[in-house]
Amino acid sequence: MAIWKKWKAKRFLLDELIKRDFKKKYKRSVLGIFWSVLSPVLTMLVMRLMFTQFFGRDIPHYTTYILAGNIVFSYFRDSTSEGMNAIVGNARILSKIDLPKTLFLFSKSVAFLMNFIISVGVFLLFCAFDGIQFGWHFLSLIVPVVLLFVFNLGAALFLSTFYVFMKDVRYLWSVFLRLLMYMSAVFYRIDGYPEQIKRLFWFNPVYVYITCFRQVALEGRVPSAGLYALAAFYALLALCIGLWVFKKQEDKFVFYF
Amino acid sequence: MLSVENVKIAYPVGDILDVGLKETLIRRLKKNYQVREFVAVDGVSFHLEKGDMLGIIGHNGAGKSTLVKAIAGVVKPAGGRIRREGKVTALLELSAGFDPDLTVRENTILRAAMMGYTREYVQQAYDKIISFAELGEFQDRTFKQLSSGMKARLGFAIAGLIDPEILILDEVLSVGDSGFKKKSEARMKEIIHGGAVTVLISHSTRQVETLCNKLLWLDHGRQVVFTDEVKLYCEAYEEFMHSKKLPASREQAEKMAAKQAGRQKAEREKAARGEAQKLEAILANGKNEQLARRALEILCQKWPDLVRQAVEQPIEEFHGKKDD
Repeated sequence: MAIWKKWKAKRFLLDELIKRDFKKKYKRSVLGIFWSVLSPVLTMLVMRLMFTQFFGRDIPHYTTYILAGNIVFSYFRDSTSEGMNAIVGNARILSKIDLPKTLFLFSKSVAFLMNFIISVGVFLLFCAFDGIQFGWHFLSLIVPVVLLFVFNLGAALFLSTFYVFMKDVRYLWSVFLRLLMYMSAVFYRIDGYPEQIKRLFWFNPVYVYITCFRQVALEGRVPSAGLYALAAFYALLALCIGLWVFKKQEDKFVFYF
Repeated sequence: MLSVENVKIAYPVGDILDVGLKETLIRRLKKNYQVREFVAVDGVSFHLEKGDMLGIIGHNGAGKSTLVKAIAGVVKPAGGRIRREGKVTALLELSAGFDPDLTVRENTILRAAMMGYTREYVQQAYDKIISFAELGEFQDRTFKQLSSGMKARLGFAIAGLIDPEILILDEVLSVGDSGFKKKSEARMKEIIHGGAVTVLISHSTRQVETLCNKLLWLDHGRQVVFTDEVKLYCEAYEEFMHSKKLPASREQAEKMAAKQAGRQKAEREKAARGEAQKLEAILANGKNEQLARRALEILCQKWPDLVRQAVEQPIEEFHGKKDD
């Protein structure tokens, strides 16, 4: 009975935190939730305009190609760089009340997941414009969405721990993200590279998730078990490391607020 | 029930705060990265039962706030054990931790959720909270639009309207205007007398003396005494503030308390004598009887016993002179 009540109270807190994080994300912009539709589309249009001459000529459905890379990368970027702030941003309340700190990260991640689901909707819309054949295989997109959520949550757990102790992690991370964007083949194809370099791309989890989306939309097939295994491996690895680091350090957070 | 057993709390100091990742790496490489441990509280034990009210006294930096944070569960002790039976509510910095961009309603529900209540309970208590805080018209305003008094009122209403089993107070809180102050004080008394375990941090020994039935005296993180002889040790603490010597035993504490009582009496007499001298000066110079009588009246109200004694003489002289 007591456990049930405790769980219900926790569930209530989580619901309210998710609501807050989602509301706060849109409260300050006039466009509100429409922004999460507009933002990836605008980026895609600019990239299309800039790069069609260089890369687009030999990539079929270049719009879809860019958009797939863009929504996945944006989700990773926003979820990690904002999720990093989940603990420090709530420092005042966390130094007053003993709360389960992982909830704060989870709620932020869920708010970003909802945002991502909207972007996936936009992505599907553009697939239709781009003349992509729809089929049952599109349902398999649920797998990379779930895995990406887990991966981002793990990364945010890890980063938010470091951010409590070292405040410059935020700037270093934004630099790293810019580099990672160029390494994730968002707007170019990797076909031209030699085999050894192509293999290196599989070490980039974000590229793996982008590929899951592209195989479904552009190649019209459910990704192979190998790709899923790799995607799942990265997700679980990120979550395990993130949780382990976070749990090990969370009792010390209060001394650094 | 709240039981603290041989608790030790330590936190890191040194090169840790505000040093970034780059700086840390460089210092590590140069091998001049230093982190020490600061023991803020050590060897503190006490036990409280329902209805007990504990006053914690000690100089600034004695570890009072750190200990209280550990009781609230925010800081985990490095050693020892804290056992609590029931929900802990800390009434500290009431208006901190609200979200400025959310409305009063959203903030209220979120804070209540953070304090560990279920949705049903909060829905049922919500109207009570808002009417207690007198914010009925402001429910849909964002939090940053409220005045600081309103913020504190809401903070108190949320924390105070529920029935905490363990209540932590930093000084006795008085927020808002006099009307709200009265209401909040009444509510606080209700909680305290309603069988909660209460812990009060205070700098005023008078407050501790009148409110508490248990006393914990901390000095540099160490427990000087945990006792129910609140009055005796409060007086000894006052003496300690002068002499800076800690009592090693109960006898010593008694001596200190006696010394403190003597000092207090001497101070009062000195003040009375000073006033009497002023009065004499008025009598000698102005010979304004009305003024002198008024001054005397005021003094008599302030120090009824001592002043009358000290002042009787000049009054008679004054009357005598007049007769001449």
